Amino acid sequence: MIKDIFNKKKQVWAQPNKSIVNTKVPDSMWIKCTGCKKAVYRKKIEDNLMVCPHCSYHMRLSAAERIRIIVDAGTFERFDFEDVVCSDPLNFPGYKEKLEQYSNTTGLRDAVVCGTGKICGHKAVICVMDSNFLMGSMGYVVGECITRSVEYATENSLPIIIFTASGGARMQEGIISLMQMAKISGALAKHNESGLLYLTVITDPTTGGVTASFAMLGDIIMAERGALIGFAGKRVIEQTIKQKLPPNFQSAEFMASHGFVDLVCERDKMKNLIGRILTIHGGGKHE
Amino acid sequence: MNNKSLSAWDRVMLARSIERPTSIFYITNVFDDFIELHGDRCFGDDASIIGGIGLLNGKPVTVIAEEKGRTVEEKTKRNFGSPHPEGYRKALRLMKQAEKFRRPIICFVDTQGAFCGMGAEERGQGEAIARNLREMMDLTVPVIAIIIGEGGSGGALAIAVANKVLMLENAVYSILSPEGFSAILWKDSSRAQEAAEVMKMTAEDLLKLNVIEEIISEPAGGAHLDKEAIAEAVKNCILSSLAQYEGKSPEEIAEERYQRFRKF
Repeated sequence: MIKDIFNKKKQVWAQPNKSIVNTKVPDSMWIKCTGCKKAVYRKKIEDNLMVCPHCSYHMRLSAAERIRIIVDAGTFERFDFEDVVCSDPLNFPGYKEKLEQYSNTTGLRDAVVCGTGKICGHKAVICVMDSNFLMGSMGYVVGECITRSVEYATENSLPIIIFTASGGARMQEGIISLMQMAKISGALAKHNESGLLYLTVITDPTTGGVTASFAMLGDIIMAERGALIGFAGKRVIEQTIKQKLPPNFQSAEFMASHGFVDLVCERDKMKNLIGRILTIHGGGKHE
Repeated sequence: MNNKSLSAWDRVMLARSIERPTSIFYITNVFDDFIELHGDRCFGDDASIIGGIGLLNGKPVTVIAEEKGRTVEEKTKRNFGSPHPEGYRKALRLMKQAEKFRRPIICFVDTQGAFCGMGAEERGQGEAIARNLREMMDLTVPVIAIIIGEGGSGGALAIAVANKVLMLENAVYSILSPEGFSAILWKDSSRAQEAAEVMKMTAEDLLKLNVIEEIISEPAGGAHLDKEAIAEAVKNCILSSLAQYEGKSPEEIAEERYQRFRKF
């Protein structure tokens, strides 16, 4: 049976690779869907924007993949922010090495990619978090890059779109990570006062200090279908209240039904929807 | 016992001590008058945050305070000082009210963190904290926050976006509890003591990192051993902090707060 062949293959893929997050696509012809666990031909799921053709599960994207499917081709100009480097405020053992290791495996400097680009012809400042880099956690570098991007948007009267994907504040930088929440929120307050559009696009997963700051501050909050969105982690809540949580708890759909998300959007419709929102806002600037 | 020789973990234990004065003590002993106001006007009234209006040396102020409670009964009522979203929303409502009437805002921080439960998530714990961070940044009246016991993560920051953050000598302020920190980073919550030492969560560490402006000295052995002295010290520190804002314009006050956090 063909099914049996798939099952055999599964053994090979199931080998854990601890250096990369489990959603990172293994370099093989087949991919196991995180949602329905079926084996999917790699090319087929790639052509389908990393959405499972069987169950429509939206696999996590890297920042580069997100930019490729959302931003008009050839328009993305990345901010360098080369002077923004991690100071390791706690001198936390092994942290600098860990950063280097993630840099090597992901090709990223930290867990966010920022720049300007056009979406459906509208220019915007765009920040995309990448959960492959230390779970997208937010320390000084992420906080400073996003803050500068917001300030750039304010100074240049541009809308800002932030794609969130983060486990929250980065523990290894301690209280300095916590301060990033206030810093970014402050920059967004100034952008807000300038009458400019801030669109949040929440992608899987968005939790902790990112949920409790800029993820929830958009004029319009869009969430990608199926994304995990929450403040506290499921395990922490279950330990606190000593009961099991329902399966869809903290999903994008759950958050929408409780009034915290404007729009739940499928990946293939996302670019067009963002484009329409930017059009309605006159490209983002309120005249 | 000299406070200087205490380890970070000793201070965590002191900050959590059942003997330690909580917000209610300071509200009663620092202000000339205090009227508690209730409710977030959306869902309910969260007893883990006390909010209200009062007089400080005859001048009107708004007070926001996280309260853990001292007795079992009171701790249950106050959810051990871990607020739900409605607590943060009540706080923001009263802070906006303070701005309308040009009253300075005094915040007492003492929480292990915002509550992690189903209702808290359903009612938008993340949204409530996020909104406070943004809206507090814009307030045009002085905000003074005093960390009196535990400053636990976003649950503390949500009422600590202040112009000046003061901290009692044996209070702690951190991204997460030392237990949570060691569980996440070392997969071992029993290494909490070790975590406390590396987290830079004591007042002295945080002063060096410019996370706080001033340390309020405690009597030897902790605030609970001379309550009269600590109440007076806290009052004096609030008064001297507020004095710096006399004659400042609303815009200057908000901008100073913005720059305070921008530097991180």
